[in-house]
Amino acid sequence: MPDLLLELFSEEIPARMQAKAADDLRRMVTDKLVAEGLVYEGAKAFATPRRLALTVHGIPARQSDLKTERRGPKIGAPDAAVQGFLKATGLKSLDEATIQRDPKGDFYVALIEKPGRATIDVLAEILPVIIRTFPWPKSMRWGERSAKSGSLSWVRPLHSIIATFGPETEEPDVVKFAIDGIETGQTTFGHRFMAPASISVRRFEDYEAKLKAAKVVLDPQARKDIILADAKELAFAQGFELVEDQVLLDEVAGLVEWPMALMGSFDAEYLTIPDEVIRATIRNNQKCFVVSDPKTGKLTNKFILTANIEATDGGKTIVGGNERVIRARLSDAKFFYETDLKTKLEARLPKFEQIVFHEKLGTQAERIKRIERLVAEIAPLVGADVEKAKRAAHLAKADLLTEVVGEFPELQGLMGKYYALAQGEDASVAAASEEHYKPQGPTDRAPTDPVSVAVALADKIDTLVGFWAIDEKPTGSKDPYALRRAALGVIRLIVENMVRLPILNVAKSAMAGLPAKGDAPKLPADLLSFFADRLKVQLRDQGARHDLVDAVFSLGGQDDLLLVVRRVEALGKFLDTDDGKNLLAGTKRASNILAIEEKKDKRTFDGAPDAGLYKLPEEKALAQAIDQVKREAGAAVAKEDFATAMTAMAKLRPAVDAFFDKVKVNDDEPKVRENRLKLLNEIRAATRAVADFSKIEG
Amino acid sequence: MDALPAHMRPERSFQGFILALQRFWAEQGCVILQPYDMEMGAGTFHPATTLRALGPKRWNAAYVQPSRRPKDGRYGENPNRLQHYYQFQVIMKPSPPNLQDLYLKSLAAIGIDSSLHDIRFVEDDWESPTLGAWGLGWECWCDGMEVSQFTYFQQVAGVECAPVAGELTYGLERLAMYVQGVDRVYDLNFNGRDGADKVTYGDVFLQAEQEYSRHNFEHSDSDMLFKQFVMAEEACKKYLDAGWKDGKREAHLMALPAYDQCIKASHVFNLLDARGVISVTERQSYIMRVRELAKACGEAWVHTEAGRAV
Repeated sequence: MPDLLLELFSEEIPARMQAKAADDLRRMVTDKLVAEGLVYEGAKAFATPRRLALTVHGIPARQSDLKTERRGPKIGAPDAAVQGFLKATGLKSLDEATIQRDPKGDFYVALIEKPGRATIDVLAEILPVIIRTFPWPKSMRWGERSAKSGSLSWVRPLHSIIATFGPETEEPDVVKFAIDGIETGQTTFGHRFMAPASISVRRFEDYEAKLKAAKVVLDPQARKDIILADAKELAFAQGFELVEDQVLLDEVAGLVEWPMALMGSFDAEYLTIPDEVIRATIRNNQKCFVVSDPKTGKLTNKFILTANIEATDGGKTIVGGNERVIRARLSDAKFFYETDLKTKLEARLPKFEQIVFHEKLGTQAERIKRIERLVAEIAPLVGADVEKAKRAAHLAKADLLTEVVGEFPELQGLMGKYYALAQGEDASVAAASEEHYKPQGPTDRAPTDPVSVAVALADKIDTLVGFWAIDEKPTGSKDPYALRRAALGVIRLIVENMVRLPILNVAKSAMAGLPAKGDAPKLPADLLSFFADRLKVQLRDQGARHDLVDAVFSLGGQDDLLLVVRRVEALGKFLDTDDGKNLLAGTKRASNILAIEEKKDKRTFDGAPDAGLYKLPEEKALAQAIDQVKREAGAAVAKEDFATAMTAMAKLRPAVDAFFDKVKVNDDEPKVRENRLKLLNEIRAATRAVADFSKIEG
Repeated sequence: MDALPAHMRPERSFQGFILALQRFWAEQGCVILQPYDMEMGAGTFHPATTLRALGPKRWNAAYVQPSRRPKDGRYGENPNRLQHYYQFQVIMKPSPPNLQDLYLKSLAAIGIDSSLHDIRFVEDDWESPTLGAWGLGWECWCDGMEVSQFTYFQQVAGVECAPVAGELTYGLERLAMYVQGVDRVYDLNFNGRDGADKVTYGDVFLQAEQEYSRHNFEHSDSDMLFKQFVMAEEACKKYLDAGWKDGKREAHLMALPAYDQCIKASHVFNLLDARGVISVTERQSYIMRVRELAKACGEAWVHTEAGRAV
């Protein structure tokens, strides 16, 4: 079956957009083919800086013919209906229709045959639409034609299009169409500098091979493999190790069509700068890899660049040029770093008085003061030294005003740690500069040093409470202040460090220092339910039962997230057992009966049942079991031993089962009925020692 | 090209370097303009780019523009930061289909051989908040160094470009340093001579860098500058109002003098900013005010002889 080759040749496509563009192209073309009834065997898309290419193989040469039946009017229907039917179906007269028998009256049926079209014609129709509607994150107009509206938009100027279609053994045909004056053909171009001549191609196989001969590696993965292997080899040859960097590798593979790794070096005097600063300098500004010495684990004074050409001097000039730039950059970085070291962190703080954190939440200086106050309250709860925690909070943000962080924002916190250590701060205090931002995401580690934990909690809670107070909560997909991440961070800090933190109280304290108060009475509870939602999401992501979170929060007064999590865990385990499942079923049954009867009688059945009204042994047994379970579960909960509470709860199950088995709740005698309903209510009450069973799914 | 005397070769002298670029672009049909006679932050502010980029008429021009960045002054102590430097600016409207090739040929004309050097087009979305302008293009890298800015203007002064103009900006000092192989801008050979006849970039500009750094950071008269900003802003609006022919918004007769005041306001703002007397929040509002002027000038320009459809 025939194959399609499509190439869109343009000026340099931004590296970060290439992978998605290739994927979009494949998806859009194959989706359209399938929608046109053309099922293909396989498809693969590629991107280089100058081209997007797609091969789809095994597409039928034609669409199959389409037969449809269309029901018409009844025999003997008025002429208007008949004429309408003929017009809609394209039949000349009723003679061309068949008649279908039906007990309710026979009717006409038209058989319409739509012949399938040649695939190449279908392609000529769908490809221009795809190109015109291609979802580039940013696109532009250019040249003469941009004077008129409706001119083609592309990521950068588009120069030529290859579109061929045909079976393997024959000369393929060009899928003919034109977009904005660019006519499809079979011509492309090789490497911009090393093989700029035009190339004529037939199908994917010779296309890829001819490009390779013209110094273009089409497949981005192949380019990455080459860069990685060559870079490792260059480092290894000198007894060093490449510091691998996937993100950088993806980017540089998108900047070259013919990758050539080259090694350069810089003056060893720059190795006095922290490794992270060297790496950020070389990576962000120059898109080069750094190299480490396996003996020390530290960076060495080498770097690896990826050029796009095989230079006639073997790359000497290119390496020399890059070394010059890197020398200048490192010289700036060294100057910044050394300048930073001359100023103590606390000496920078007054400047925060001029920097607005958020117009409704005051300056950074005010925010730091709030965090310091809050951390003093949190420190004892996490086992941190209060003075150290306050000192850490005092200094934690100061590095935002340093030169190095100004240059490389991603080094915030880390530089604070280095500068704090350099001015002789306690190790925990220094570490908190870096650690208090953590955890940044689900894969990031949560800090464990109590000082860092305290500052991290205070920082995040201040943020959450602040934005709650000014009503800037996340909505839908919008979360510009990353509040969900902050809440999840709080949860992980608490759970992983087993911290007992009364969130409602802490939120109230955090509010006290805010310039904006918001809906003060409701705020803490509102925030708590946000935590509950985050906890649910987290449990769901871990594959745990998230409905249990509601069952626990529904008890009310649950603001100790660690206990909530423990309760949820114990409850989950209990519900996995037969006892748990049956007790849940029994409790739900009791609740359902109660709900019906309460509605019927328009009253509740609160209050203790009267032992004197028990008629059957199962009633007495249940009452006894409830008493015992309430006592035992209550005692266990008081000791925060939720596993034992659940074991106690299990004892309720046989009595509940026996009760429903033998006892008819709606006794004819109203007093007995009422008493039995009260007993049911007691089951519900007893289980509430651990959770609100009515909120549990299933 | 005719045989040049050695001292005029682009790799020997800064002035030869500029002349080589001018000559190259003259051969591509550009009018070679002289610098605009006002202080501005970048060659893009020159009316030959900002205003001429608007409207349907063809326009191909190239020129050197001294660029003033008061904040970048370093008292002559930094090897490559200057508060006054030169940009070489090319604008071609509509952008020709071979603009990238022309650019690469211009590099060859100043001694950058693409079989020896690694030349790259790296994504760079250009935006000028003060000019209400944006475009897509690249930073052009030579051996890891950014040497030019390449932009397809999409919008300027708040007006959609139709057709789109291509803009090239060369950082002249940086490129010349690379070609001459010097690490310190002040060591550039300016006139290509040797020995006693040699004039360096430092001979010409070092004292100016020191004096202007003092001025920009320590002594510029903020009170006067604040007033100048307001005066320029008001004058710009006044000229724009007065320029509408017969008071109808159909034809404009004074877009250029009005735009001069917009350039003035922008530079005064840069001076105030360097002096550190504009707070973070005020900063935004000053940028907005300049943008409003630029947009109004663009609107006026497209109603002038050179800016409108015939």
